[in-house]
Amino acid sequence: MTAATSNIRPATRPRKGAISADGTVIPVRRRGLRVGKGLLSALAIVLAVIWVFPVYWMINSSLLPTSALESATPTFVPFGGSFLNFTQVLTPSFFSALGISVSVTLLSVAVCLVFAFLASIAISRFRFRGRVSFIVAILIIQMLPAEGLFIAQYKMMSSLGLLSNVLGLSILYVASVVPFTIWMLRGFVVGVPAELEEAAMIDGLSRTQAFTRITLPLLAPGLVASGVFAFLQCWNEFTVALVIMENNRTLPLWLRGFVQQSASHAINWGQVMAASTIVAIPVIIFFVIVQGRMTSGLVSGAVKG
Amino acid sequence: MTTVSESPRTAPTTSTGPARRGSVPSGRSSGPARRAQLAPYLLLTGAVLVLLGGMGYPVIWQVITSFQKYGAMQQLGGKAPDFVWFENYIKIATDGTFWAVTARSVAFCLITAFITVVLGMLLALLMTKTHGFARLILQLALLLAWAMPVIAAMTVWIWLFDRRRGVVNYLLNLIPGVDIGQFNWIGSSPILFFLVASIIVTWMSVPFVAFSAYAGLTQVGGEVLEASQLDGATGWQRFRFIIFPVLKPVIAIVLLLNLIWDLRVFAQITLLQDAGPQSTDYDLLGTYIYKTGVAGLDFGAGAAMSIFVLALTIALSWFYVRNLVKEESA
Repeated sequence: MTAATSNIRPATRPRKGAISADGTVIPVRRRGLRVGKGLLSALAIVLAVIWVFPVYWMINSSLLPTSALESATPTFVPFGGSFLNFTQVLTPSFFSALGISVSVTLLSVAVCLVFAFLASIAISRFRFRGRVSFIVAILIIQMLPAEGLFIAQYKMMSSLGLLSNVLGLSILYVASVVPFTIWMLRGFVVGVPAELEEAAMIDGLSRTQAFTRITLPLLAPGLVASGVFAFLQCWNEFTVALVIMENNRTLPLWLRGFVQQSASHAINWGQVMAASTIVAIPVIIFFVIVQGRMTSGLVSGAVKG
Repeated sequence: MTTVSESPRTAPTTSTGPARRGSVPSGRSSGPARRAQLAPYLLLTGAVLVLLGGMGYPVIWQVITSFQKYGAMQQLGGKAPDFVWFENYIKIATDGTFWAVTARSVAFCLITAFITVVLGMLLALLMTKTHGFARLILQLALLLAWAMPVIAAMTVWIWLFDRRRGVVNYLLNLIPGVDIGQFNWIGSSPILFFLVASIIVTWMSVPFVAFSAYAGLTQVGGEVLEASQLDGATGWQRFRFIIFPVLKPVIAIVLLLNLIWDLRVFAQITLLQDAGPQSTDYDLLGTYIYKTGVAGLDFGAGAAMSIFVLALTIALSWFYVRNLVKEESA
């Protein structure tokens, strides 16, 4: 890329001398830029292809029969493909994992949203003793890796008799998602000025009415976005689930099972890719919907001081 | 999520700057002052309780256990764990394998995070210099890669690197003069194993860096660049003195986050080990702790190692948190 960038320079250079002369500069400059831009655009598209290829390859392979996947020359477009791999992986074990994942995720997200919403109101609408400590605590907790905790969490769940239990996993998920959700919701709560609520109260609404009629509707998008993030985190979680859920697999564990089989017999890649596609597609759709908020959020803090 | 392997991609969000300032009501102390004093604590109750249960208790248990002899005898035989104080720590400190794994983890983390950030920055710069449609295509591609769940991404990459029918070997063999046949990328040597892991983790993490850096770059005023160009600034000078200062805080935060996230690649390494060798030569801290603690039933040593990882992460996160909190109280 650096090579390509330097390509512009000879093209743009002459402009400087010419700029004082007269208006003929502009066409020169435009063409110079266009050549560089064209090359860089081509490079961008090549990189785009490289980055998207694994995702494409997953879908492509999921549609191909074993004969095509086992041939020495890969099939790059799934002409004549079928959904056979998909029907083959939709076994009872899938539906059981789906059930576990759905219940754990729904439970965790619901509880997490309620707790996080209340906490975000507290830290953004009130000044109180311990506020900054609480914020520091959730920011640090959010960074703690599962790698540093799973032994203790395993032991705790085993002594509570909650191993392989939806409730046990949900408790751990809420605890690990709630800090991030508080932090994210706080941004939204702060975005709704408290004056709005006060104005409504001057106009005769009670505090509760003002909150439910004015503030809550304005926060709805924030709740949805935070809820989707919490959903994604719980839905994709692997490490804690692996440690805690020995006998009740969630979807990521179910998916891992396909690659694990390698020791005993050859992996059926068509099925693995179909399973991966099933797990990935809903996640990708949700993620694409909400990702903008995330990037702009992180950077706005860093850039616009 | 602390735990969630996915969290790498979900960074904490701060609201957009200006709205946040001065939003905390100042006149709250006058009227229902008493109630207002109690209200925030009531509002925090749920979150605090679940954090104490799901995070606080395990951390405390872990600190205590790291000072105990807590092996198979205690776990299965019902024998009460004895306090052995620093014995576990001494054991891991004198364990050559542990240090090898730690060194490997730190190297993996540093190299991968550094490459990720550099690549992400370059992609972001590229986005500012391309036609709109090319940028859109690149952004869409990055977004799709970013959205992939870790486990699904791992299965795809293992398939891409498959010895027999993987596309990587196929494409490499197409290059004239290259004949690697059915090369086993994952199982041949630890170096190649971690190279593959690093490629995959980089692929997953670059989109976040690229989008963040691009958002940062759009804050650089076009007029400023134009003016500097008229004044004769070269491309490098413009980058060094105009673009880079704006990007610096973004780079710092993004690099820090990537360092933290690249220390926790348990899911990725576990899946690669499923498809390849499982010896400790192929372990990073996460998988080694799992093998020692959960699979090997040595909770004491596992807990001591976990404390080590927690300390490492907290030390790294501290800068990040300080940054966010400074802004918060500003």
